[in-house]
Amino acid sequence: MNGKKRSNIMTEKKKISLNIVQPKTEELKTRVEGGDIVSEISAEIANNQIVLYMKGTPAEPRCGFSARASQILGSFGLPYHTVDILVDPEKRQAIKTFSNWPTIPQVYIGGEFLGGSDILTQMYENGQLDTVIKAL
Amino acid sequence: MFEPEKIDQMLRAEINVSHLDIIDLTGTRDHYSVIIVSEDFNGTMPLSQHRRVNAALAAPLASGEIHALQLKTLTPDEWEKAK
Repeated sequence: MNGKKRSNIMTEKKKISLNIVQPKTEELKTRVEGGDIVSEISAEIANNQIVLYMKGTPAEPRCGFSARASQILGSFGLPYHTVDILVDPEKRQAIKTFSNWPTIPQVYIGGEFLGGSDILTQMYENGQLDTVIKAL
Repeated sequence: MFEPEKIDQMLRAEINVSHLDIIDLTGTRDHYSVIIVSEDFNGTMPLSQHRRVNAALAAPLASGEIHALQLKTLTPDEWEKAK
């Protein structure tokens, strides 16, 4: 059944694509709103151009790598959304699976996973981070 | 604990390495800093470069033989500029 449908889509791609309804970010619910953890993380990165998953907060970071990531993002003078995973054990595990990345901090820019602490530092030092942020 | 020579071997087996520094940060052979330069990194984002290195060292990272890995990846051009 699926095979037949797929072949129709392949041959009538243009026609069918007009009828595709794009999922809206409003449909991404947080857990409080009845969504699951993946939906909540998706909403966070869809609704904020820069998101930092960290240990602690920018004012009170609980880990040197998180502190550094927060300082780097703060240096651009743009608002960035932070999520303290230490107060949310479910999200602490889920974000690692979601990003397929084993450590915290994690940075999302423009809805895409940029990387962890070393990647952020590397891209800050070589100017790539500036390019990515200016492209927002 | 994981010998730096084995890290060197595993990375060179998976990646076309043109320069490689492996630094034992604590003298305990489980906290390393790696600086790796490869033409394979040309035209790719740092995320995929780091993923490649992590994949090459997946076994000792998963087992905890390497407890911490501080990583810096560079293309040959970036390495020339950084020197």
